[in-house]
Amino acid sequence: MSAEVGSYLPEGLPRPGPAIDGLGAEFWEAAKRHELVVQQCRACGAFQWGPEWICYQCHSDDLTYTRVSGRGIIYSWERVWHPVHPALQEATPYIVVLVELPDAGNVRMAGNLLGDRTQDVVIGAEVEVVFEDKGEGDEAYTLVQWRVVE
Amino acid sequence: MSEQATMRGKAAIVGIGETTYYKRGQSPDPEFKLVLDAIQLAAEDAGIDVRDIDGFAAYANDRNDPSRLMTAFGSKDMTFNNMVWGGGGGGGSAAVANAVAAVLAGYSKYVVVYRGLAQGQFGRFGQGPQTAVAAGPGAFTAPYGLLSPAQSFAMRIRRFMHEHGAEQSALRAISMATYRHAQSNPRAVMYGRELTEEMYDNSRMIVEPFHLFDCCQENDGAAALIVTTAERAKDMKQKPAWVLSAAQGSDYRQAATAHNSPDYATSNFKTLAPRLYAMAGVGPEDVDVLQSYENFTGGVLMSIVEHGFCEPDEVNDFFTLENFSAPEGKLPLNTSGGNLAECYMHGLELVHEAVRQVRGESTCQVPDANVSMVTSGPMVQPVSDLILAADRGVDA
Repeated sequence: MSAEVGSYLPEGLPRPGPAIDGLGAEFWEAAKRHELVVQQCRACGAFQWGPEWICYQCHSDDLTYTRVSGRGIIYSWERVWHPVHPALQEATPYIVVLVELPDAGNVRMAGNLLGDRTQDVVIGAEVEVVFEDKGEGDEAYTLVQWRVVE
Repeated sequence: MSEQATMRGKAAIVGIGETTYYKRGQSPDPEFKLVLDAIQLAAEDAGIDVRDIDGFAAYANDRNDPSRLMTAFGSKDMTFNNMVWGGGGGGGSAAVANAVAAVLAGYSKYVVVYRGLAQGQFGRFGQGPQTAVAAGPGAFTAPYGLLSPAQSFAMRIRRFMHEHGAEQSALRAISMATYRHAQSNPRAVMYGRELTEEMYDNSRMIVEPFHLFDCCQENDGAAALIVTTAERAKDMKQKPAWVLSAAQGSDYRQAATAHNSPDYATSNFKTLAPRLYAMAGVGPEDVDVLQSYENFTGGVLMSIVEHGFCEPDEVNDFFTLENFSAPEGKLPLNTSGGNLAECYMHGLELVHEAVRQVRGESTCQVPDANVSMVTSGPMVQPVSDLILAADRGVDA
């Protein structure tokens, strides 16, 4: 888990932020510290993602964010060829993966698969998190990216 | 099922109308005027005065407010207006269901279901959101270049293809059937534009596994249809398209954000389809012709499986141009050209085509079509379905 990546996609895409009611803020703060966290219910232990205001299993509102290993499994993927944003005009193709986290109740996170943009992507392959720091000052943020474990 | 719990045979679609269907940005008229025109055409088709329409049912955040519509028409009263939550085409059949509910509850005499789209007037062609900040659920996708509907759905299809060994040829068969049918339909935007296997295979990739021809068009136009009770429908101008069943649904936690619906490789019809068939009193083996919403071909693939037309592991054999072609195919599919090749009217053109099949007026008519089905909005939340029939199916 390191941050030596450059920028997989160019600047100019929307930067991430919490919902207008504050939901999800802890995740992005943790990412800036290079920690991967997932929402977990203190009452019953269930993980859920994306974040909600109550636990979907037991309806408790006693929720926390628990740090997890950052190891996952590719659940699905896509390679994007048509740019749908001006910032992506010169950035295709690029790969988006959906990663399942076995140590967090198999919740899934989407991110880019770093490395060769034309690589064969294998569902079931093991990946690890890579934190990608972007932006500056008040607009600094960190994306949660993935690379295949060799 | 108790008599109180079914709408089967108690209401019908008695009029349909649509404007000229245009390529995106080509309409000479603004969206609101297109909707007025479509509703007037539907009233004319039904043989009623447009001012007799007293109920309005819409979906997908339609921009055309019923209060303004009834004012423009000079209608005396509005007894019902209703909007289905959710985007895309998931509410298309649900809006028909709500119209049926309104006439059966005694609120309204004639309910119009409508959709207006002037996509040239309101922006976005193949473009995602361009805000500075993606807040909330979008934060987990947009910064990674996961922005557009095609990109949002491609990973569901990829997972389905992985789990069931489905091949690209299955997606291609859907696209080719819609284009083949559009060649007989002068209303279709793709009329006169045939699609060959080579054209499909060589077309540019949008996002794997979707080629260009796996993706719906964007269009300008409007469509409207009129629902009323069986008692009124029996004596009207057109042969009624009887509603055997219409319903909406959404499976367990399908709207979980950041692609976390527990069942992921799904079109979201697994809980709805059994309810739909039970209410209609028919099964997939009884369906003569199917109109299945294509936002993307992969959604049709999963919709057809989840409605019981074939097993998930049999799609490579079942999904052929031959099987989907009217009139002889096993399951004539999207016989007007649908969203891909007739017009992307958020699927309301599919309901019109289902009505035409029941009336015997399709440009790709299935002989003696009785049970005519529509599936609306795969992979969104909610989704909805409609089963129409030429035979009312109950004692008149």
